[in-house]
Amino acid sequence: MDVLLMDYLPLVVFIGVALVLGLALLVAPFIVAYKQPDPEKLSAYECGFNPFDDARMKFDVRFYLVAILFIIFDLEVSFLFPWAIVFGEIGAYGFWSMMVFLAVLTIGFIYEWKKGALEWD
Amino acid sequence: MVEFWWSYIWPLIVMVAQSLLLLVLLLITIAYILLADRKIWAAVQMRRGPNVVGPWGLLQSFADLLKFVLKEPTIPAGANKGVFLLAPLVTCTLALAAWAVIPVNAGWVIADINVGILYVFAISSLGVYGIIMAGWASNSKYPFLAALRSAAQMVSYEVSIGFVIITVLLCAGSLKLSAIVAAQNGAYGMFSWYWLPLLPMFVVFFVSALAETNRPPFDLVEAESELVAGFMVEYGSTPYMLFMLGEYVAIGTMCAMGTILFLGGWLPPFQVAPFTWVPGVIWFVLKAFFMFFLFAMAKAIVPRYRYDQLMRLGWKVFLPISLAMVVIVAAVLQFGGAVLK
Amino acid sequence: MILSALFFYLFASICVASAFMVIAAKNPVHSVLFLILAFVNAAGLFVLLGAEFLAMILVVVYVGAVAVLFLFVVMMLDVDFAELRQGFLQYLPVGGLVGVIFLAELLLVVGSWAIGPGIPTTITAKIPTDIPNTQALGLVLYTRYVYYFEAAGVVLLVAMIGAIVLTLRHKPNVKRQNTSDQVARTKETAIEIRHVQPGQGL
Repeated sequence: MDVLLMDYLPLVVFIGVALVLGLALLVAPFIVAYKQPDPEKLSAYECGFNPFDDARMKFDVRFYLVAILFIIFDLEVSFLFPWAIVFGEIGAYGFWSMMVFLAVLTIGFIYEWKKGALEWD
Repeated sequence: MVEFWWSYIWPLIVMVAQSLLLLVLLLITIAYILLADRKIWAAVQMRRGPNVVGPWGLLQSFADLLKFVLKEPTIPAGANKGVFLLAPLVTCTLALAAWAVIPVNAGWVIADINVGILYVFAISSLGVYGIIMAGWASNSKYPFLAALRSAAQMVSYEVSIGFVIITVLLCAGSLKLSAIVAAQNGAYGMFSWYWLPLLPMFVVFFVSALAETNRPPFDLVEAESELVAGFMVEYGSTPYMLFMLGEYVAIGTMCAMGTILFLGGWLPPFQVAPFTWVPGVIWFVLKAFFMFFLFAMAKAIVPRYRYDQLMRLGWKVFLPISLAMVVIVAAVLQFGGAVLK
Repeated sequence: MILSALFFYLFASICVASAFMVIAAKNPVHSVLFLILAFVNAAGLFVLLGAEFLAMILVVVYVGAVAVLFLFVVMMLDVDFAELRQGFLQYLPVGGLVGVIFLAELLLVVGSWAIGPGIPTTITAKIPTDIPNTQALGLVLYTRYVYYFEAAGVVLLVAMIGAIVLTLRHKPNVKRQNTSDQVARTKETAIEIRHVQPGQGL
């Protein structure tokens, strides 16, 4: 148990050092660099126009569908991880139970393909 | 007091020193990888590339660093300031964090955790946040569009990368990165590394890695012909540099992953005399650089994809292929073993 | 041991504080970002329990996928939250009443709950220490608990179909690329040679 945690301590230390390094680089120009802001410099870039309106707009529901499908496939992959590493130990039964699982999800995949959910328009 | 020093403070100092050493070496490597990228690109187009700062332009990246630090940092008036500055920091830190578990030689790793590959997978799936946060916080139209595109693109290709990793795990039987390399140490030298038996997956992995790191030909996130500079439009100075750094570190991570999963990590090509004299870390760096050379050549040669083509390739080509390969590899391992015996 | 206690309090306090900020933040995007912070710290707590596989899956699935969806929704809805707050006082009495009833019920349930002092020592399935827990999970999930596993597959199928039924709308008049048609084109189907007489046109 403690052995396991001791594996993770260097990881946390590493992330901490990386964070400090990134933070130092981020803060550096705010300390050393020349600053003279003016309203034009600080306005949002829009190819030379003044910004027409607020940039936070509604967008296509298609992106939402991609995110949902991604969640489902991501879960499928997470189920595969433990299966892949004990593959040699669980025998034919484990193999076939995963094949049934994948078959069920392949039905869903074929359905979305046929419905055109994977088309981008 | 002495006991406290030896059991707590000293190990901590060692860990910090190791982390700093790896980070500094990594960043110097990234500086030269950036230069190599520009030089390769230039050579393909029959240009010279950076050749002014230092001999053959070798100090170019360091001059760039100095320039970025001395540039005026601007934060757009309409931006959400906290998130705007958090985004580059998140991108850079996450990209660097993946290197904590990557073994560059037998035993040369900061933290060889049991779920190493899952950790790298998790970290690379978080890379999308820097881009979404930057795009949203800028409160400008081009970054916002880029953030949407990028999020959909990165999640689409992550699924295929997941399936590719599964096929390798089926062969290796462990989530530990060092164990995956050790499993490739077969009798046929470089021909028992997984690139040969799993060749289609190596190709899928390489192309998905290009898409996952927003490299050309899949750089629709910063397609300069349509989105100016994508989610980085409003960034300048070191916040911009942190994005670039994060991007190149992520590319380095993908090269290292390709090396570990398919090219046998630090193993020499053949277990005979002249090859085994070379230290493992040299082999690792050479293989990772070979992967990066492929990345750079893809950037120089292949024209940019259109967005609907990109999504089609991810969902309708790579996803079915990699899913089918998981089934095929599992079936071969399950039934082929009995036949071979 | 003192170190793991230290990390426990660090992760737990950040987790609770960011969970509070999820409901307290004015900007919904900030709420989602705090939710992500809460997830990451919960993953840290899982690691402290020795459940490293669950910790990583929590990050991969919840932070890497579900929270991306939440961010999409929050960014997409484009709700004017200042406008939403206008009705705040109007709904306060009803909302407050529901809240108070809910709190009272929770207190009743929690108050009558007693954890036996012997519970921690009577855990039947201990965390295995000799094999990595991903492996321990894999050894039982696909064989002993196969029905639950397949049921999870069916749930995912339902989610997939549901998502498509609810959100898929095809825009009319969209030109799509059909690559197999393009590849299958031959010289005969693509080119037509006409001999045009001078001065006549087609």
